[in-house]
Amino acid sequence: MTVAEVQHADLETLDFGLSGEQRAVQELAREFAAKEIDPLVDEIDEAQRFPKEIFAKAGELGFLGVLVPEEYGGSGLGYVDYVLIISEISQVDPSVGLSVAAHNSLCTNHILKFGSEDQRQRWLPDLATGRKLGAWSLTEPNAGSDAAGTRTRAVRSGDGWILNGSKTFTTHGSVGDVCVVLAVTDPEGAKHHNISAFVLERGMDGFRPGKKENKLGTRASDTAEVVMEDCLVPDANRLGEEGEGFIQALRILDGGRISIAALGIGTAIGALKTATRYAKLREQFGKPIARFQAIQFHLAEMATKCAAAEILTLAAAAAMDGGRPVTRIAAEAKLLAGEVAVFCAERGVQIHGGYGFIKDYRAEKYYRDCKICTIGEGTSEIQRLVIARQLFKENR
Amino acid sequence: MKIAVCMKQVPDTEASLRVRKDSLWIDEEELTFVINESDGYALEEALTIAEKTGGEVVVFSLGGERVREALRKALALGAARAVHLADPAFEGGDALATGRALAAAIQAQQFDLVLTGSQSGDAGFSSTGSVIAGFLGWPHAWLVMGLEVEDGKKAAKVTREMESGVNEIVRLALPAVIEVQAGINSPRYASLKGIMQAKRKEIAAVTPADLGLGAEEVGAAASLLETLAVFFPESGKGAEIFEGDPADCARQLVEKLRKEARVL
Repeated sequence: MTVAEVQHADLETLDFGLSGEQRAVQELAREFAAKEIDPLVDEIDEAQRFPKEIFAKAGELGFLGVLVPEEYGGSGLGYVDYVLIISEISQVDPSVGLSVAAHNSLCTNHILKFGSEDQRQRWLPDLATGRKLGAWSLTEPNAGSDAAGTRTRAVRSGDGWILNGSKTFTTHGSVGDVCVVLAVTDPEGAKHHNISAFVLERGMDGFRPGKKENKLGTRASDTAEVVMEDCLVPDANRLGEEGEGFIQALRILDGGRISIAALGIGTAIGALKTATRYAKLREQFGKPIARFQAIQFHLAEMATKCAAAEILTLAAAAAMDGGRPVTRIAAEAKLLAGEVAVFCAERGVQIHGGYGFIKDYRAEKYYRDCKICTIGEGTSEIQRLVIARQLFKENR
Repeated sequence: MKIAVCMKQVPDTEASLRVRKDSLWIDEEELTFVINESDGYALEEALTIAEKTGGEVVVFSLGGERVREALRKALALGAARAVHLADPAFEGGDALATGRALAAAIQAQQFDLVLTGSQSGDAGFSSTGSVIAGFLGWPHAWLVMGLEVEDGKKAAKVTREMESGVNEIVRLALPAVIEVQAGINSPRYASLKGIMQAKRKEIAAVTPADLGLGAEEVGAAASLLETLAVFFPESGKGAEIFEGDPADCARQLVEKLRKEARVL
């Protein structure tokens, strides 16, 4: 049984007053996920294989340049559309959802938001159409939640910079073509104003992928170390103001949180649909287990939490599209959606009973995949800190 | 080439159906509607031909407000514009009334070719295409599974599926009405750009008067066929279920098919 087989008519996701175009975008993503991703899910998970063929097709349809204006080869859509796309894809495979999210809202978005016109012209058309795959490197072995503790150094050398250091947990670290790397450019500079962002490209001397991680979940999404060893990067590859890379990264993460919230919603809804379908088919004591109140209560609770997370995330996306501040609401959406993903995936396994514990059904996969949602792009704990900080700021 | 594609919007094949209270049709209230399957293939065929020969594809559909969604989708897939036979007077018609209206709408513009699906997924009369051809006075082919417009664009060569697995190839002078089968090609996806471009494309809503037709010539008022009831046949009647060893069941089935049903 797969998600694609679930009748969406009997389990409609929330209608948030979407426009006709937004519904069409959602339908396209749903169709794409069912036809192009669903048949590969089990194989790419087991083999930890990054599915290049899916990304080639996703690029043709515009899923890899969702937020990029048409003048740079993108689709020119907003965050609400983006959330719908990531959610639909993640319902079928959170691995692919995660990769599409990272490509769009981290690497590509950083170049779009902070790149010069030349830089946009240079990289965005290839990224937005999927001819090149984007990676974004912030985290280091000793600088995770404490991103300001970055050690990777960039030292001026003639017209460029020499980069040394290594980054962990880079999505598309091994398969990426274009990688935005955060490095300290002024070790003596003021905290949060001493880091700059650079665009590195596959094949540059001294830039290489390191160890590819063997992960619990989202295994088809490539996560690897990237290593810079005396890597000479032209100054033309530096994004935005010197020393402002960390502040840029925080802005990028605001948007990134919305996309991980969308990943969480998709994972949760995927787990819910899989469990609902199973409950209708699985018979015990002479009737489908869906007829037992114990199972109904699990499903009702899952559905309610999905709806709440979805509304909050769409509200965050709408705020982003409206140019309103999103730091707090994006963190709230990411926190809630992540926790809901874990809740629903766990209940999904429980509803499947013994069959939830083996790989014949996807319940087990959602259970492994969901956990990234409370960790990646800021742990749930960090989200709470961000929310509390904003709360105090707003009530000074 | 200028190609018209006639599309019907039908309930999603995955939807669970209920009969309406008056027993004259299914309850459409909570249904999801999609482009009729073989009409989707007709659209793909039209887009491919237009890409090869130049020209444009115009989609036509008859029905209420919800039909616009199907037309938008066709525009997102690459059709240049759409004509919506939107007036409530058009609705509730049999194939004759619907075909007459569509033929009038097509005739109002110059087309080289009309493409549509061979059968609708709901009513399934398979006759609207022939009626359109009749009103236009154009040649017509049904159950088409291969289509090639000849050089000079004066004729089309089509492969048709006949009974017992026999195929035939026929040549039709253009303009013509061609009804394709599902599976004739691989329909494309819309792209995100296509969806956004569709927003700026025209969907012209037309009334019977716009087409030079009186209200009594279209829709339910003009229908010579009347639906008396729709219902789900009682399930299980006449069914025989074999139980036990599969190989043994298969043997019993073959025996029955041979001796009782006499189909083998």
